[in-house]
Amino acid sequence: MAFVNLKTKEIQVKIVYYGPGRGGKTTNLEYIYNKFNNRIKTEMVTIKTHGDRTLFFDFLPFDIGQIKGYNVKIQLYTVPGQVKYNATRRLVLRGVDGMVFVADSMAMRREKNILSLKNLEENLHTYNKSIFKTPLVLQYNKRDLAEQHIPLIPFEVLEKDLNSKLKAPSFEASAVKGTNVVQTMKKIILLTMASLEKELK
Amino acid sequence: MTYTLGQEQLDGIEETLRQDIMSLGVHCALLLDMSGNIISHIDNGEMKHDVYSLAALAAGNFGAVSAMAKIIGEGEFSLLFHKGKRENMHFSKIMNDFLLATIFGKDVSLGFLRLKVADVSEKIQKILES
Repeated sequence: MAFVNLKTKEIQVKIVYYGPGRGGKTTNLEYIYNKFNNRIKTEMVTIKTHGDRTLFFDFLPFDIGQIKGYNVKIQLYTVPGQVKYNATRRLVLRGVDGMVFVADSMAMRREKNILSLKNLEENLHTYNKSIFKTPLVLQYNKRDLAEQHIPLIPFEVLEKDLNSKLKAPSFEASAVKGTNVVQTMKKIILLTMASLEKELK
Repeated sequence: MTYTLGQEQLDGIEETLRQDIMSLGVHCALLLDMSGNIISHIDNGEMKHDVYSLAALAAGNFGAVSAMAKIIGEGEFSLLFHKGKRENMHFSKIMNDFLLATIFGKDVSLGFLRLKVADVSEKIQKILES
């Protein structure tokens, strides 16, 4: 639920990184935080378990400058990927304006990606939102693992598994190395802003 | 869904927060929505908190507490209050989608603050619905 403040000329937008556990959602945000730390004035907020897994969410506010005279503040969130944290995952989705689905490219995680995407669709339903109508970008993460000869799901199979109906923009990426992390973020910001503009007309 | 608030509404909200809440000696008042967006923020000029993070966490915290209430068969917990050594925080829901968070010290009575917050909530509700 984006908020337009006509007094301060500011728009606040919520973008959520979703996906299966250990897929690289937090790593995406960490990369963005380190890459743009001269533009991000605050600390990244993380609520983790002792085992360093996301417990509630990560939060990173990010100023992208002015669009049509409005200062746009993007609020990036991640959800906890582990299946057992569905209640908290649903809470973080409240008021979402755009989503990045971070899929794990490792062959052994194929089923987990499909289940997590289905879970996203179900959780959006609880807020009367459709996955087909909310801006979404898919990111196939961990492509760099091919160099270490770890079996990966081919791009075409990921597209067929996850994107055959959605037909959302998708990127092959490596959050650890930063490959396509910024491109993914730029794409979702672009889609989300276009969708807001349409809504505000 | 996107929503917009105009200058007049935001001025009205700020004025009631200033007159009815800040005048009690409260250090900071924050009106946010349940997505974690900040609608209005006033402090006494001495606070240098990261209010965007605070709003995201407050919305998450409130959501988590509401979900707990439902699990144990309570519609909602009526008092949401965190007590610290120097600073305390109080949260109050306004309509379904908004939350008023206040930060205050030892010199402010919680009971009196709650009464005032109840008053202000009604005023803000009228402004938001206008």
